[in-house]
Amino acid sequence: MCLAIPTQLIELRPGALGLVELGGIRKEISVALVPDAVVGDYVIVHVGHAIGRIDPEEARRTLAMFGTLSELAAANEAALP
Amino acid sequence: MKKDYIRPLDIRSGCVDMGHGAGGRAAAQLIEELFLAAFDNEYLRQGDDGAALAIPVGAKLVMATDGHVVSPLFFSGGDVGSLSVHGTINDVAMCGAVPLYLAASFILEEGFPLADLKRIVDSMAAASRAAGVPVVTGDTKVVEKGKGDGVFISTTGVGVVPAGVHISGANARPGDAVLLSGTIGEHGVAVLSKRQSLDFETTVVSDSAALHGLVAAMLRASDGVRVLRDPTRGGLATTLNEIARQSNVGMLLDEATIPVLPQVEAACELLGLDPLYVANEGKLVAICAPDAADAVLAAMRAHPLGANAVRIGSVTEDPHRFVQMETSFGGRRVVDWLSGEQLPRIC
Amino acid sequence: MKYIDEFRDGAIAKKIQARLHAEAQPARQYSFMEFCGGHTHAISRYGIGELLPHNVRMIHGPGCPVCVLPIGRIDLAIQLALERGAIVCTYGDTMRVPASGGLSLVRAKARGGDIRMVYSGADALEIARREPGREVVFFAIGFETTTPPTALTIRTAQQEGLKNFSVLCCHVLTPSAITHILESPEVRQFGTVPIDGFVGPAHVSIVIGSAPYEHFAEEYRKPVVIAGFEPLDVMQAVLMLVRQVNEGRAEVENEFTRAVNRDGNLHAQALVSQVFELRNSFEWRGLGEVPYSALKIRPAFAEFDAERRFGLGYQPVPDNKACECGAILRGVKKPTDCKIFGTVCTPENPVGSCMVSSEGACAAHYSYGRFKDIAVKVEVAA
Repeated sequence: MCLAIPTQLIELRPGALGLVELGGIRKEISVALVPDAVVGDYVIVHVGHAIGRIDPEEARRTLAMFGTLSELAAANEAALP
Repeated sequence: MKKDYIRPLDIRSGCVDMGHGAGGRAAAQLIEELFLAAFDNEYLRQGDDGAALAIPVGAKLVMATDGHVVSPLFFSGGDVGSLSVHGTINDVAMCGAVPLYLAASFILEEGFPLADLKRIVDSMAAASRAAGVPVVTGDTKVVEKGKGDGVFISTTGVGVVPAGVHISGANARPGDAVLLSGTIGEHGVAVLSKRQSLDFETTVVSDSAALHGLVAAMLRASDGVRVLRDPTRGGLATTLNEIARQSNVGMLLDEATIPVLPQVEAACELLGLDPLYVANEGKLVAICAPDAADAVLAAMRAHPLGANAVRIGSVTEDPHRFVQMETSFGGRRVVDWLSGEQLPRIC
Repeated sequence: MKYIDEFRDGAIAKKIQARLHAEAQPARQYSFMEFCGGHTHAISRYGIGELLPHNVRMIHGPGCPVCVLPIGRIDLAIQLALERGAIVCTYGDTMRVPASGGLSLVRAKARGGDIRMVYSGADALEIARREPGREVVFFAIGFETTTPPTALTIRTAQQEGLKNFSVLCCHVLTPSAITHILESPEVRQFGTVPIDGFVGPAHVSIVIGSAPYEHFAEEYRKPVVIAGFEPLDVMQAVLMLVRQVNEGRAEVENEFTRAVNRDGNLHAQALVSQVFELRNSFEWRGLGEVPYSALKIRPAFAEFDAERRFGLGYQPVPDNKACECGAILRGVKKPTDCKIFGTVCTPENPVGSCMVSSEGACAAHYSYGRFKDIAVKVEVAA
């Protein structure tokens, strides 16, 4: 796998660097691969580089979706006597 | 006694040189101005090759020794000096003994700054004084530059076991309670955060501490304590596996009960480590009879070094001697020995 | 930890588990391959296997960059350290991978090789700046996730005009490996490995997007669900795969929408194609030579290519004959089918690569899954 972890970008620094925070620890990383990232974003960090961003709205939707019925299953179960 | 040398040791900008280990005047000066000054006690003042110690008649002696090599030498919450005192006191205490004396042997690398050495020795002396366990004899050697890593410290501790106390890693029985004195992983994370190339900012400090006071309180509270061990290198997981093997039992842990500081958890996420395998220097695991668990736990919680003590699981009957764990997620898995060194990972 | 802890909630896991048990049809067998070691790791570490219905089998795929690294490649890195006197910088993961002659990078270090563990390619660059008199080689491994940071490292070295830095490039590509598995005779002709669908990569997909999987979902009629590496992500992805199978669909679905879209990270892709180009063929441990499955450094960056700089010639080395890593990586065998599993081959003395990384199928089973069927007996002493 590729170990990567969502962390919050709390400071942008010269040279495409950024400071991220995770559970109270901080580390300087490169944001060169995610040039649009802004302070406050959750960026996904792999080998000291941000490689992507978390979309908060999609995260919320995924959490809400967990374990819910699929549309088809819902229809089938509704059809049961 | 008149000093037989003239210039005092240049602690501010001097360095260890080969002469400091050669047994001559320079060595005597180093011992007197640095080591004796810090550790000063009646045994050292005798100036003999060893210490003559009074031991209670008929007492069962415990002796433990431990080599201390840590990189970096200074970390938040301690240094190799305090670590070398705590580590050996804890080894003695985990045998159920009251630690009485320490011996210390220093291997110094040529060129090591005397200022750093003094800082380490002073911290060691402070730790020994706070614990009430004096360093009564010692030795110093110097190796050529490049053949050491600054300072290596070996310490040996002696203690006596109170009558009626029988602690051994072989004593765990199915049904026993597994207790843990507090949060895990701080020492390892505090040290890793200071390593070059991994460096990250954290307020985690090493938990390095002498645990003999906590042990004494537990043994006073109940005679049902069967096993004591401090989960140092290899972490909690490795310690529990050692006990399981020695006692020929298994264990079942409840992951949700194992306390881990959020910062430790975060550092482990970042580096791909598992807190169960990260080193501690001020925590202990106790295994006790099921009916003694509440009393022992209460005694632990009443002591500052056991304030966060919890029961983390039970000893099981298992010829395979597996340590298993109910995960907080709801599954179950084996918690194995640490294999190799726990290295930061990318995948 | 936000976006982590919520996805490890045991109460929600029970909800998904209930749906899985309700929807997996008892008469069917479901076999899904989780391509990535990250999913393998999550399944083992959180005990997900126990939460799945008995007729859902997970096959651990080859998505562990350490596991698929062939012996010959490690040999090259060791050769650079021991024979060419280079400082070899590497991720911690590769340190214990077995190489020829009983060596590994850890053992080569013990023999005097200057081998240093780094957390990032940027750390290797820093070493090169600090020690201009020494050759510094970054031993770069990994899938599409790890490739963009390496590309950045090479481009930075060129911009700075570093004269003592190069990269031993071992970056491999995910889609071609999945295609290779689907093309293997066991899957395609004989049907001995029934793969009903794939749990698709999490972090690789952040970079490449979900589009590259559309081809084989369609061509091979296999459902793919891209999933995050947290345990709830994995369980939900399995549920989504069960649904696709039940409904006869073979589509690319995305469970990891919080980080993955169809196109991926275009900045990273552009950088990768500026620095790297396709290799015609690359040897994968366990899969053999796989066409167009890896990257090499473009001629414009030739001076940073350790293979060119040191004139290295790749020598394939056969795996240990008793080792079944190849079959295990293709899903043909389980770790327990291997004669040397847990006896000759253990995490302390790994023979095959699947035993090296904790996310390798063998190491994961050894460390987390052994004897999980043994009843736990807590006897309260009288």
